[in-house]
Amino acid sequence: MSGGLPKRILKETERLMADSPPGISAAPKDDNLRHFDVTVAGPESSPYEGGVFKLELFLPEEYPMNPPKVRFLTKIYHPNIDKLGRICLDILKDKWSPALQIRTVLLSIQALLGAPNPDDPLANDVAQHWKEDQNGAIEQAREWTRQYAN
Amino acid sequence: MSSDGENDDFFFEDEYDDASDQGEMMEDIDSTSEPDVYDALSPALEEAPQRKPYDVTWKVKTLQEIIDMQNKEITKIQSVLEVPASSAAILLRHYVWNSEKLQEQFWNDPAFALNEAGLSPPSSPSTRTIPLPQSPSRRSNRSIRSGPSSPIRRTRSVVTSGPFECPICCMEFDQQAINKHTYSMGCGHRFCRDCWTEYLSGKIKSEGESAKIQCMESGCGRIVREEVIDELVEKDISKRYHNLLNAAFVADSPNLRWCPHPNCEFIIECSQAPSRMLNQIVPTVGCKCGHDLCFGCGYAASHRPVLCKIVKLWEKKCADDSETSNWLQANTKECTKCQSTIEKNGGCNHMTCKKCKWEFCWVCMGPWTEHGTAWYQCNRFDEKSGIDARDNQAKSRASLERYLHYFNRWANHELSAKLDAEFYQKTEKKMEQMQNSGNLSWIEVQFAKQAVDAVIKARTTLKWSYCMAFYLKRNNMTELFEDNQRDLERAVENLGYLLEQNISDTESISKLRQDITNQAAYVQKRHDILMDDTLKGYLERRWEFTVDI
Repeated sequence: MSGGLPKRILKETERLMADSPPGISAAPKDDNLRHFDVTVAGPESSPYEGGVFKLELFLPEEYPMNPPKVRFLTKIYHPNIDKLGRICLDILKDKWSPALQIRTVLLSIQALLGAPNPDDPLANDVAQHWKEDQNGAIEQAREWTRQYAN
Repeated sequence: MSSDGENDDFFFEDEYDDASDQGEMMEDIDSTSEPDVYDALSPALEEAPQRKPYDVTWKVKTLQEIIDMQNKEITKIQSVLEVPASSAAILLRHYVWNSEKLQEQFWNDPAFALNEAGLSPPSSPSTRTIPLPQSPSRRSNRSIRSGPSSPIRRTRSVVTSGPFECPICCMEFDQQAINKHTYSMGCGHRFCRDCWTEYLSGKIKSEGESAKIQCMESGCGRIVREEVIDELVEKDISKRYHNLLNAAFVADSPNLRWCPHPNCEFIIECSQAPSRMLNQIVPTVGCKCGHDLCFGCGYAASHRPVLCKIVKLWEKKCADDSETSNWLQANTKECTKCQSTIEKNGGCNHMTCKKCKWEFCWVCMGPWTEHGTAWYQCNRFDEKSGIDARDNQAKSRASLERYLHYFNRWANHELSAKLDAEFYQKTEKKMEQMQNSGNLSWIEVQFAKQAVDAVIKARTTLKWSYCMAFYLKRNNMTELFEDNQRDLERAVENLGYLLEQNISDTESISKLRQDITNQAAYVQKRHDILMDDTLKGYLERRWEFTVDI
């Protein structure tokens, strides 16, 4: 049933299943092998520490020439992630290169959790909070992590 | 300045005298004293080639000339910097064809300049892309941008042993096939040719990229050279790529602009209209395709005498529905209680809001309870609250009326311009008629066509003069402007009327011919006066606008 899937996707999937990066899991859905269920653990010493965040990842027809589509399913308080779970990350847009992979994308997202960038915001209200009252914003992010990311 | 009471014949005499006074500026033929009025005036209907201080000079270039311009620059840089032609092209494109800046940067630090432009220096060690990494590596948080590629580049020199796996499609190639089926640039990132082709075609076709297509490796800024692209992609895509490169060259160059008219492939070169000058000149230029355009903003016709910026403001004002809200403000009032918008379309002044049932007086906007039974008269008109409400409304109505005044005149001329073709046809018919019935030769009836040309030209100028007037501050200069405008408007109307006349007998034809010729010359004259005075006004900073320019 996976006859139509390019070799590249098969190989990537195989390696992801056999040997996933620490704190990251990704597995294709049974009914669509281009659609992945993903979990990312919040990085240590970040406000997301201890949380496990669910995401979905989809490989479009043009992959790897076009980037995968990734979205957070778990609610998260982060200046570069909006309330629909969309992520502002350059490699998912104009800095995409076909040499990048699912693995590298997920690692970058994990890194983004550890290094929020309020100067390039997607969720303006959160970014504003981050800039004006960083401690308060971090506390809020911790609270949301406790509440939603379990 | 002429006042309303004077007749047109007087104007004509007046202007004709002026024309003789300015003999030096006009063509020689104007200053010679021909006895026949017709012969002396007809040259004035043709384009006068003299240069005015507000005119610009320009050249119309073909695409081939644009390509040659680039090649000339490339050859120059190639020999000065001693780099291959394709490198020179990449360097020039990176430095936006500023060869002086390029040379300065290059001699300062060649390696840096090359690297910046996406050409790694020849001596840099090449990294080889190898199959997907076998083990995960931890990334540091700081390297979000360049990070993802690091696990892939971590190891190298696998190529010499075993087959090569393209990191993009995961196809394997054995040693013999590597050179034939895979490709890497100087940066050393190797991928199979099929992936390169797909990647480059996608960049060119769907993303419209040309000069800045980089290596497929993440974070590698190496620019793909022209000859590589030509070799790897299909012919039609390569053609598109070169078109995009030329388009980018024209777009990057402040002295070049594509002719905006459909199917015209000419490029205009003009060095006298940099953007900082656009607050004092209106650089109208003519393309070889026969159409005018504005070099400053790319407007596909002459918008003289109005500055580019004002044209843009005007177009926006006419296009967006800010005027709708103006209308609402002028024609409606709000319920003083629930703020619903109400348009009164009849009945007495005793309003009952449909929504909140509040009863008030339409005239003074006060509550109805204080009115008694005075349904058609409000004797409380002077109450303070009522006055303020009415003042606001009057202001808004005045501003709307002002806009509509200018807009209607502008739109009117715009509309007549659309009927140009019909106008020409009608005139041509008349010219035939005159040749048949009036024993006039073909050349003798050309005056009618020249008159139509003058009308159409004057209408375009008049159209824009209303846009100009809308943005002018009220002062003496504006009064003068509007006098000139009115004179031209009237002259055009008269000429239009003459051109509509029926040709009945031979007697009237020669009279009509004389009249039309005279009036056409007068229109041309008034047109030139309005244009000349307005455009000179910019240089002399005579015009004050209600908006910043």
